[in-house]
This record gives sequence, C-alpha cells and structure tokens, in this order.
Amino acid sequence: MTRRIWIGLAFCAALLPSAALADDGVSAGLFTANNVWMMLAAGLVFLMHLGFASLESGLTRAKNTVNILFKNVFIICAGILTYWAVGFNLMSPGDFNGILGFAGFGLGAGFDPGANTPAYADGGYTYWTDFLFQAMFAATAATIVSGAVAERIKLKSFMLFSALFVAFVYTIAGSWKWGGGWLDAMGFYDFAGSTLVHSVGGWAALVGAAMLGARLGKYGKDGRLTPIPGSNMPLATMGVFLLWLGWFGFNGGSVLSADPELTSLVLVTTCLAAAAGGVGAMISYSFVSPKPDLSMALNGILAGLVGITAGADVMTPLSAILIGLIAGGIVVGSVLFFDKIRIDDPVGAISVHLSCGIWGTLAVGLFSTNPEHTFGIQLVGVLAYGGFTVACAAIIFGVIKATMGLRVEASEELEGLDLAEHGMHAYDLQASVGPFDDAHLRGGAVAGGVQITSSGPDNE
Amino acid sequence: MKKIEAIIKPFKLDDAKEALTAAGIQGITVSEIKGFGRQKGHTEIYRGAEYEVDFLPKLKLEIVVVDELADKVEQVLAEACHTGKIGDGKIFISEVSDAVRIRTGERGDAAVTS
Repeated sequence: MTRRIWIGLAFCAALLPSAALADDGVSAGLFTANNVWMMLAAGLVFLMHLGFASLESGLTRAKNTVNILFKNVFIICAGILTYWAVGFNLMSPGDFNGILGFAGFGLGAGFDPGANTPAYADGGYTYWTDFLFQAMFAATAATIVSGAVAERIKLKSFMLFSALFVAFVYTIAGSWKWGGGWLDAMGFYDFAGSTLVHSVGGWAALVGAAMLGARLGKYGKDGRLTPIPGSNMPLATMGVFLLWLGWFGFNGGSVLSADPELTSLVLVTTCLAAAAGGVGAMISYSFVSPKPDLSMALNGILAGLVGITAGADVMTPLSAILIGLIAGGIVVGSVLFFDKIRIDDPVGAISVHLSCGIWGTLAVGLFSTNPEHTFGIQLVGVLAYGGFTVACAAIIFGVIKATMGLRVEASEELEGLDLAEHGMHAYDLQASVGPFDDAHLRGGAVAGGVQITSSGPDNE
Repeated sequence: MKKIEAIIKPFKLDDAKEALTAAGIQGITVSEIKGFGRQKGHTEIYRGAEYEVDFLPKLKLEIVVVDELADKVEQVLAEACHTGKIGDGKIFISEVSDAVRIRTGERGDAAVTS
C-alpha cells in the first residue's frame, strides 16, 4: 500500500512541471498520459498480427505455412501503407455527406497547427497516434480474410484483393460510423469494431470462401465431410493468447483516451467475455462430442472477444460474461453449420469474426447500459455493413476471378502452396534431405530438372 | 546370417531395446514408419467430424545376427513387444547373403559380431 502511494507521488511529481492546463482544460500531463496509452494500445493491436499469423499457420497444413505467413506479412505492410495513402482520409474525412468523403492523400494534416495538441481530440491523442492506431485496425480487418481462403487461393489474387479491400471497402464502410457518417448520426453503436472490423472482414471472408470452393479432400467422393486438421496446435494456442493480449489494446485503446474508469472497465469486460467465450465453446461442444476439441475452445475465446468488442464500454461484468458464453456457443454451431453447407473455412474465421461480430453488435441493443442503444438500429447497422461489404467483396473477387483467376491448380494445391507459389518450405523437417550432403543433392536436383519433394510424415 | 525385421508399437521401443541388450545384441536400426494390418486404422475427431486415419505410426527394428542368434532375438522381441491387443505388430526373418563392416573390411559373420 505504502509502495503504491510512493509510486503515485513520484508519478505526480514527474508531471508537475508541465501541469499547466491547456486550452480546453486537459493538462499537458494528462494529454501525455492519454497519448502514451494510445500509442501502447496501437502496439498491442500490432501484436494481434503475430497472433493471427500463429493461429492461421497452426490451424492449416504444414505444406501451406510459408504461403499463409506471406499473406499475413503482406497485409500488415499493405494495410499500413494504403492507410497512409488514402485510408485515413477516407475513414475520417471530417465533415462529409455521411456516405463517402475524402480529405485528401497522405498525412499532411498532421503538420497543421493544433493537429498534435489537446485541441485535436479532446486531449486523448495526437494526429499521429490517431493514424497509427487506426492503421493497425485497418490491417486487422484485412487479415481476417486470409484464414478463410487459406490453402487454395492464388497469392497474387489475394494480395490484390486485400490491398483494395483494406484501402477502400473497410475505410469507406468505417466512415459511416467512426468517421461520423450516416450510421453514427442514426445512433448506431460499435465501440471497437464487432461490425466495423470483424464483421466487415468476416463478410469478405465468407464471399471469398464461397467463391473459391472447398479445399480438395475436405469432402470425400461420397460427399462426406473429411476434416483437415491443423498442423500445429501449440502454435494455434499461442496465437490465441497473443490475440487475447492484443485485444486489451484493441478495446482498451478504443476508449480513445486513458480515462481511468472507462479503460479499466473495458479491460475487465473484454477479459471476462474472452474467458466466458472459451467456457461457452467447451460447454456447447460437449453436446457434439464427448472429447473436448482444443480448436473449438480457442475459437470460443476469440468468439467472446469479438462479441464484447461492440459494447465493451457499456456492459456490466455480468452482461460481458453472458455475451461471451453465448458467443462461445454461437461459434461452435457456426463452424458446424458452415462445414455442413460446404463453405470451407480452415481456421473458423467466418464463424469467429462474422457470426460473433453480428452477435456482439446486436448484443449492444440487448444489454447496453445506455438506454439510447436499441436493437433495431443495431440491426440496421449489421444489415448495412453486410450488404455493402458483400457487394464490394463479390465485385472485387469476381473481377479477379474473371481476369487473373482465384484458385491455384489442383496439382499445386496437392503439392502445397509453399512449393507451388514460393518454392520453399516452412519447416526444415519437410525440406531437409537429412544427413545427406545438401549442396550435392540440390545441385543434382537442379541439373536433372527434378524438384526435391519431401517424404516426411506430414506428406499426404 | 539372418535379418530380423520387427514392426512394433512405438511405445514398445524401450522394452524391446532393453530386452535385446540383455540378450547380448549389439546393434539395432530403428525407423519410424506408418502402416496397417488387420488392425486397420483408427478414428480421430476434429471440430465435430470423425475421420479415418488409415496408416498408423509404427516403428520398424532391423537386426542382423549370426544364424544361431536369430531364434533368440525373435523370442526376446516377441515377448517384449507383446500386449495381447490388436496392432502388436509382426516379426519377419530373412536370409542375408553377406555383410561388410566398413571400418575394417571384415565380411560375413565377423562383420556382425564383436
């Protein structure tokens, strides 16, 4: 206790010299503290990309690991750069007609007077922090798609799709709410993006998975479902824990300041919903099979996180647990449902991000402590985002399919996208020729025009 | 010389090695293999759907010994790897026409004895 007081005093003393109040009543110290939290939150959201990369490579087969990681690497790069070029000013166009606005290319406004003072955002953060935090979000929406289309989509087609999607679709849709557009004016509520980020990514994932068709071997000759288990459950588990950690920044940063009461409430509801999501999935899956499924439990945690995201700041702890539990049930049912209707989603991205994103958004209308949030308006938001995103994704995927093609050749898919698209392996286990002389074999293989293929236990 | 090849359950390797060492056998070659016999495969479950795994992981031991030791090796192995459950594996014995110890150039029985 004494120690805590001393730390508190030391902190206050550090802030004292600059404690003079700024124009709008936010002290320079508070402004700094707010901004530091927002930058830290941006870092935590960045960490989610590590989570997605781990999760997706864990839940897919070893022969496609380089490919899925390459997509994850590309998305964060493309997401940040397109957000610099057009995204930020499409998503936050300032005063606009509510549907489509654009405040110009690049980040020049960051040098305007006042852009990095408390006047910019009530002292919550600077212009630069605003960009960074939002750019991390944009990349998150696009990376959701990669898991659902994994193991069969052409790399270049995916790269083109995700760049266009993150630059224009996510941002224009986002401006309707977070840019102060028509849904915001209507009273639609989405705190940190159950709809704006997760459902938007999920809808695109659904369109992509549907247009691609199932992976070879997922449905047998007699049409029977044949599961294709992931290659590395420890990696998948680590990915989910990283995502959980990153979510503290995703939701906690969405307070848009370090407001002590609100930020800590958001972290509590986020954490409770994640835990309840895991338990919800465990319970609901116990009705499907007597043997607990780790991938379902992991997806349950993510389901709870996606579910709480729309209303993390307007929920009581009990509501957060309820939302998480139900999300955990939804994700299990949704995975089984999509398997049944032959939409092949290797990592369960559609079930986690779309199904639970919709649930979380609607749950605001049911559980919010703010009486202004209504189920009807939440539903309007869900439908508007669904319609717009599905239409855009279908057009982009459709044009790509007609021009450059969407799916790799069957032979490439069987061989694995790592070899077919990249000419390399993710794990030495597969590529290694073991104790033999590497250089000699490689030379021989090239001269003979024969590709060395693996014969490890992972081979199909 | 005889070659004894044994397909065994992976978790029986330690038992087999101990028994063979106790019987004075000085070299074993082990490989990880997959296969099925009358046991067929088994069923696994992933996200609520069952699927057949046709080829089960097994180990293959290869031991080359002088003729007189072959029966002993076979008995020791059969005993050590026995569980009585389906899938215990099989032992194959075949004739080996010659052997060479690379270090010394010894041939025949001398190559497989100390």
